[in-house]
Amino acid sequence: MAAQPEADMSAPLPGTDYEHSTSLGLSNNKLGMWTFIGSECLFFGALISTYLIYVGRTNEGPTPAAIYDVPFTSVSTFILLMSSLGMVLALAAIQAGEMRKFRTWILATGLMGATFLAGQFYEFTVFAAEQFNLTTSPFSSSFFVLTGFHGLHVALGILMLLAMWTASMMGRLPQQLHTTVENIGLYWHFVDIVWIIIFTVVYLIPAATTAPAAG
Amino acid sequence: MAVTAQEPVTRRSAFQRPTAETGFWSWITTVDHKRIGIMYWVTAFFFFLVGGIEALLIRVQLSRPDNTLLSADAYNQIFTMHGLTMIFFALMPLGAAFFNYLLPLQIGARDVAFPRLNAFSYWVFLAAGIFIYSGVLLGGLPDGGWFNYAPLNIIGPDPTATEAAGQVAVAAANHTSRMVFYSVGLQIAGIASLASSVNFIVTILNMRAPGMTLMRLPIFTWATFVTSFLMLFAMPVIGVALWQLMFDVRFGTNFFNPAAGGDPILWQHMFWLFGHPEVYILILPAFGIVSEVLPVFARKPLFGYSAMVFSMIAIAFLGWGVWAHHMFAAGLGPVANAAFGLSTMFIAVPTGVKIFNWLGTLWGGRIRLTTPLLFGVGLVAMFTIGGLSGVTHSIVPSDYQQTDTYYVVAHFHYVMFGGSIFGLFAGTYYWFPKVTGRLLDDRLGKLHFWLMLIGFNVTFGPMHLLGMDGMPRRIYTYADGMGWNLWNLVETIGAFIIATSIAVFIANLVITRRRGEPAGDDPWDARTVEWMTTSPPPHYNFAEVPQISARDELWHRKYVGGANKPPVRVPAGASPDHDPAEAAVDDQAAPAHGPGHTGHADIHMPSPSYYPAVAAAGMPIAGWGVYAGGPTQVVLLALGGLLILSGLFGWVLEPSAEEHV
Amino acid sequence: MAETEYDKEHTHPGVGQYVEIGIILGVMTLLEVILFESFDRGFSTQVGIPALIVLTILKFMLVVLWFMHLRFDHKLFRRLFFVGVALALLVFGIVGANFYLGPQIGF
Repeated sequence: MAAQPEADMSAPLPGTDYEHSTSLGLSNNKLGMWTFIGSECLFFGALISTYLIYVGRTNEGPTPAAIYDVPFTSVSTFILLMSSLGMVLALAAIQAGEMRKFRTWILATGLMGATFLAGQFYEFTVFAAEQFNLTTSPFSSSFFVLTGFHGLHVALGILMLLAMWTASMMGRLPQQLHTTVENIGLYWHFVDIVWIIIFTVVYLIPAATTAPAAG
Repeated sequence: MAVTAQEPVTRRSAFQRPTAETGFWSWITTVDHKRIGIMYWVTAFFFFLVGGIEALLIRVQLSRPDNTLLSADAYNQIFTMHGLTMIFFALMPLGAAFFNYLLPLQIGARDVAFPRLNAFSYWVFLAAGIFIYSGVLLGGLPDGGWFNYAPLNIIGPDPTATEAAGQVAVAAANHTSRMVFYSVGLQIAGIASLASSVNFIVTILNMRAPGMTLMRLPIFTWATFVTSFLMLFAMPVIGVALWQLMFDVRFGTNFFNPAAGGDPILWQHMFWLFGHPEVYILILPAFGIVSEVLPVFARKPLFGYSAMVFSMIAIAFLGWGVWAHHMFAAGLGPVANAAFGLSTMFIAVPTGVKIFNWLGTLWGGRIRLTTPLLFGVGLVAMFTIGGLSGVTHSIVPSDYQQTDTYYVVAHFHYVMFGGSIFGLFAGTYYWFPKVTGRLLDDRLGKLHFWLMLIGFNVTFGPMHLLGMDGMPRRIYTYADGMGWNLWNLVETIGAFIIATSIAVFIANLVITRRRGEPAGDDPWDARTVEWMTTSPPPHYNFAEVPQISARDELWHRKYVGGANKPPVRVPAGASPDHDPAEAAVDDQAAPAHGPGHTGHADIHMPSPSYYPAVAAAGMPIAGWGVYAGGPTQVVLLALGGLLILSGLFGWVLEPSAEEHV
Repeated sequence: MAETEYDKEHTHPGVGQYVEIGIILGVMTLLEVILFESFDRGFSTQVGIPALIVLTILKFMLVVLWFMHLRFDHKLFRRLFFVGVALALLVFGIVGANFYLGPQIGF
């Protein structure tokens, strides 16, 4: 599909004219997504605070300092962060009507997300080999359930990105539907900011402040 | 051209869009908020009856000391399910029924923001109820109380306990499965509430009729708004707690098991962080209903509308700061106890404001003693009693004596039954004519009210005394000679009086169906815009979306009068005080034209859909997968997951409304 | 209506600005790792951990305000989000305080 000319910046983007159908002139879908994200703050807040309460309860199993591989996790953190950049570039592309660019970036975002997940999966297998698994201690349980749910959210996000890529390939995601991309982008960025918090609060700080387990 | 079934458009998908407007499948595929509201009410009322039967079983068992009607194991399941059923499958969905039916009508909209999500919420709720009760066939129902404290929820009963050893062993053997039904069942129910809350919040913010500012919203819409925010933020917390419980019992994690370093207090915190906002979720709809009903039958505006709005917001906000008042005896320490005791006392203030404002609404009004009014006044009186016993709980040393006794049972039944249920019945009698076009018989309604009021007080009043006399909660029997026999017997009699009152109500429903009096658009001479349209409303709610220029818009259209003048009925509904530019062109929006003419080619209604029901069906199947083991588990989880995903994909890919051919 | 909400959307960042922010985020992550590694070499955790938290908050705000566009959108979206954040911090802060400070101050 040939690139569309730059949209007239004084006119509303196609598909965003909510003036006539809503009280606030806003998109129902976007409002719904932000409302949902507000509730997700409580969801991840509960998981993170459980982790912080249990981080010291290691049952003679590995402590954070002993078990975490911070350099490895930093690389996957960086990749997930860059996937957010990919997401906004994909959104900018579809807003400008540049469909090939959109598909490239949305695929790149999904691939970066998948790489992150692969890194998580690898990390978990290493942990399992070191006798650090779901049932080892309250610390381990809360770690795996927190990062597991985060990973599940990433996986669902990747499914949605792939669905958009497929829809675009089939010509069923025109420029007017850029708000769909925007809303899925909001979800994706939220999952990223949860990880921004997790990286520091789950990995870095506990690893810096606990002693490695003996042996 | 009549609004008829739309011609199906040929689509590339394998499944044709459903188009039926009548019949069984039209209900399965409906996205109409009114039909969804009716389904909620009927299903919730059914569960209310189930919960009521459970209550009667409890009362019969406790009517005499050392009774043997129910074994300890059976009793534990029944009192647990009584609580879970009433809270999650009766009261919350009854509130949802009113939210669903009324919200678009009260704000002048044609439907909610996300109609298929709305249908999805209902089907998920139904699935949750079926799932949790399926436990009765698969190892027993949850038996640890609705609050299901740790470590009992993890470890379960000791199978070697000598007392009633046979039953204990059964309970212990089935403990894991009972906890799965608890955690997964409530998890599924939580998804329904979360989806509803997003839906209603967006609808209220973004789909109001022109001129309807937030401070012109009907007070019941405000109740919907505030309750939705409470659900939005509370459901995720219980969701996490339930996941953690499920992982503990099913997969051996260590969240709440003290033997492995877990802390049972964490469960209490997580549960009550949800549980306290939950009780406001249960009462605010009833408060909203009463705030609508009293002004209509006192022929006066609601006293202090702004204070009523702000007090609801204050209750919701403060409600997040009081949860540990359920944990005073858990050993949190004196600072925590004092802080939460104070905040609990404090939250009585906005509630007190509401009580006084309701009294102020009635004072000096021209009261019409109809059934809705009686139930509304009943709420005010009974909730006051329940609120007062609640305030006594806020005094920590006093609570040490009251906690875990029947005094607490008295308190929460006065607020939940005397408050919530009386309010919900007020709403039922008030809006029944709008929903069905017929009025419920008022004499039978009054009989229902008086029997219920008397029965309710006879049942729960003496519980205050029993509690002070030391009768603990959650016991399946008690010994003779404790001094508890008389009141327990009295309470059981009261419970049967309540049951009789419900029978009267059911009889009223049946009789009204056969030969109920037709209601017309506005049988009560009400104040809000849902009474502007027909009874029942057409599919599209309003022929012309009303222009709103005032609070109590309908009242202003019907009557004109200054500050000190008595209101004078205006015949055609157009008031000389109204700015013609502001008032709707069709001032009486109830279409005088019959069903053959809409003349409104621009009314686009969302189309029916299978997908919400499909996606919802996957959830209990996945839930049974969690319960099962081995290859069955994998198959069920996969099947459930597949249904959910394909339902969601189909839903996302189909447009919300099909184009007219 | 004269000025509408979606007029504001047109002051959204361009591709260049997004890439700049991406680079800043990457650099901040690198700083976090460097800080972490420096604890082994004797850098004070009293200083370092608050610094880590500040970096985290900055990354959070960058993504929320620019990538998620909250800076340029209708105030309502901001309110919906930050009410959730504030509520989570408040209630879980109290629970955490009860667990950690409780035994010490009788809380």
